[in-house]
Amino acid sequence: MSEANPGGYARAATEAIRRHPEVRAAVTAATHTFDSHRVEAWSEIDPDRWRDWARDVKQHVLTHLDRYLEEAETRLARRGAHVHWAENDAEAVDLLARITARHGVKRVVKAKSMLTEELGVNASLEARGIHVRETDLGEYIIQLLGQPPSHIVGPAIHLSVDDCRRLFNERFGTPLDATPDALAATAREALRADFLAADLGISGGNFLTADTGTLALIENEGNIRLSTSAPRIHVAFVGIEKLLPRLTDLSCFLQLTSRNATGQAIGNYVSLITGPRRPGEPDGPEELHVILVDNGRTRVLADDTAWEALRCVRCGSCLNICPVYRQTGGHPYGYTYSGPIGAILAPGLLGLEEAMPLPFASSLCGACADVCPVRIPIPDLLLYWRERAVEAGLVPAVERAGMKAYATAATHPALFAAAGASLRYLPWEMGGRALPVLGQWSGERAPPEFSATSFRALWREGIE
Amino acid sequence: MAPRVALFATCLGDRLFADACADAVRLLRHLGVTVDFPSAQTCCGQPAHNAGFVAEARRMARHTLGVFADAEYVVLPSGSCAGMLRHTFPGLLHGTDAQRARALAERTFELSQFMVQVLGVTEVGHGLRGRRVAYHHGCHALRSLRVHDEPLALLRGAGAEVLPWRADEECCGFGGMFSVKLPVVSAGMADRKLDTLPAADVVTSADGGCLMQLSGRARHRGDATSFRHLASLLWEAAS
Repeated sequence: MSEANPGGYARAATEAIRRHPEVRAAVTAATHTFDSHRVEAWSEIDPDRWRDWARDVKQHVLTHLDRYLEEAETRLARRGAHVHWAENDAEAVDLLARITARHGVKRVVKAKSMLTEELGVNASLEARGIHVRETDLGEYIIQLLGQPPSHIVGPAIHLSVDDCRRLFNERFGTPLDATPDALAATAREALRADFLAADLGISGGNFLTADTGTLALIENEGNIRLSTSAPRIHVAFVGIEKLLPRLTDLSCFLQLTSRNATGQAIGNYVSLITGPRRPGEPDGPEELHVILVDNGRTRVLADDTAWEALRCVRCGSCLNICPVYRQTGGHPYGYTYSGPIGAILAPGLLGLEEAMPLPFASSLCGACADVCPVRIPIPDLLLYWRERAVEAGLVPAVERAGMKAYATAATHPALFAAAGASLRYLPWEMGGRALPVLGQWSGERAPPEFSATSFRALWREGIE
Repeated sequence: MAPRVALFATCLGDRLFADACADAVRLLRHLGVTVDFPSAQTCCGQPAHNAGFVAEARRMARHTLGVFADAEYVVLPSGSCAGMLRHTFPGLLHGTDAQRARALAERTFELSQFMVQVLGVTEVGHGLRGRRVAYHHGCHALRSLRVHDEPLALLRGAGAEVLPWRADEECCGFGGMFSVKLPVVSAGMADRKLDTLPAADVVTSADGGCLMQLSGRARHRGDATSFRHLASLLWEAAS
């Protein structure tokens, strides 16, 4: 699988903010733009009703997932698709390896897919000597740089146009003042050769409708349509939570996802794929493989609280509104999914211990819950994982001791008043070594300004 | 009958915003309210709750419930702690405690919310005429209590000019334990607020925690910005 390292979050985030202010600037600007587009797109609909409905549909499909998965499998097979089931990342890449081996695949083009990032598909293909080309412009750029995506929708969100100009200048000799359009044209030309030479195209899937066995893919660049129709084989990796009951459900979900992700009423291209090329059809792949991936999802589904995160449609709007994410972009999270949704998916999909401290990488401001198109109660789920982390002994001993002492004081008013009076005498200015936990305040902020007299004392004296 | 309010000063209010709490008392009395201060009050438990220490938070919530059980109204100079009482207590406690918590929640208000929604007041005096104010919406006042217009109405009613601030609804980065667990990220969030601040005479908010964070960061940076709690500004307008 791809290398997950959430444990490095605190250090990586700190370093990103201190050493790469340009990343913070790029991410802050881009996420505000994304979010303002969402606000505009929401103004054209009744977002509360749409979100209620989308939540209910997802909730329904997740509570009857066994039935809908079987239905989807039957429909897909009837249309001539090969359906595979992968319990984990190893099985998923192994299924792909068998397909590439059987067909002697040498070159692969890829549509943007976060699931394939989660599974480590590129690394597994490259390890077998297969050439992989990402064809989404943002993905292409970060592939050239050897970086993972830093945002669910905008994988190169951490880069400025100048970063891209320098990269393209080195790789393709384009001028350092090239326009974004000129850079895109250069990438398009380079990618065309890859599309024509590819034996196999890989995609993810935004939705899979059970009643028709239709895979729905949203995009803006046309590269997904090309990746899934030009090569003779198409392999789609689809998380089992991506099911929708009916084709007609797409009318809401395609729009809501697009409106939340980019502020568009709908993506420039929507591909609805129902089976491989049929006799008499001019194009499309000869073979379609749909790999339905679990990779921890049924474990999350079995959790009475955490399962709500599986409604996620990967629109990225919770990242765009998140003031914590905006400080660093996605890389410090050390996981495919970053921002608020990453912080609640990681404990479920990776396991809580490996996901630490991501559930704590939030000020609980609640902005994410207000924009989520499927109303995932993200702050509640962050609190849930924090509670589990405390239960599992995954927080520092000093914090645990401090919190227990605090609770004891707070349930004994005289003790609390005495302890409160002593706070001002703590060595605030000496930092974390002299004052564990609380001392971290002072490295970045002036010490708290305590009132000369506490309110309880003012009250006793009488307030005029 | 004059409404009777039990003031919950909150742990931060007691030690860091004592004057603002006193101003809240003056303001409420000025509006004809009888104010009590139950002396057994401590902390609502939010720091523990938000850090995942649910058992500890529950103990503190039960204590607070006992302290304010008989209050006609509970008013807090903090949207965050008011949100804890209104929205977290009922789910945190069990059985009869949960029932009592639901009843308490209905009688609990953040100060500006109480003034506007319960007392029906938007004008406390005009002492802020000509004053340019930047208002920071604390996250829990805004998103848990859905208090947005109330403090602005009170400030404008007092004659202040509330300046547009494009980051006014963004989190200041405090977040309780978050501010010390991830201090650099937290400070970066405060910087975003301070860097976008309009040329105001004073920055105010209904939440002491946010003001402590913003003023602490501003002083660390050497900014000369002035910060005051909403209760103090409104009392200044009234007196």
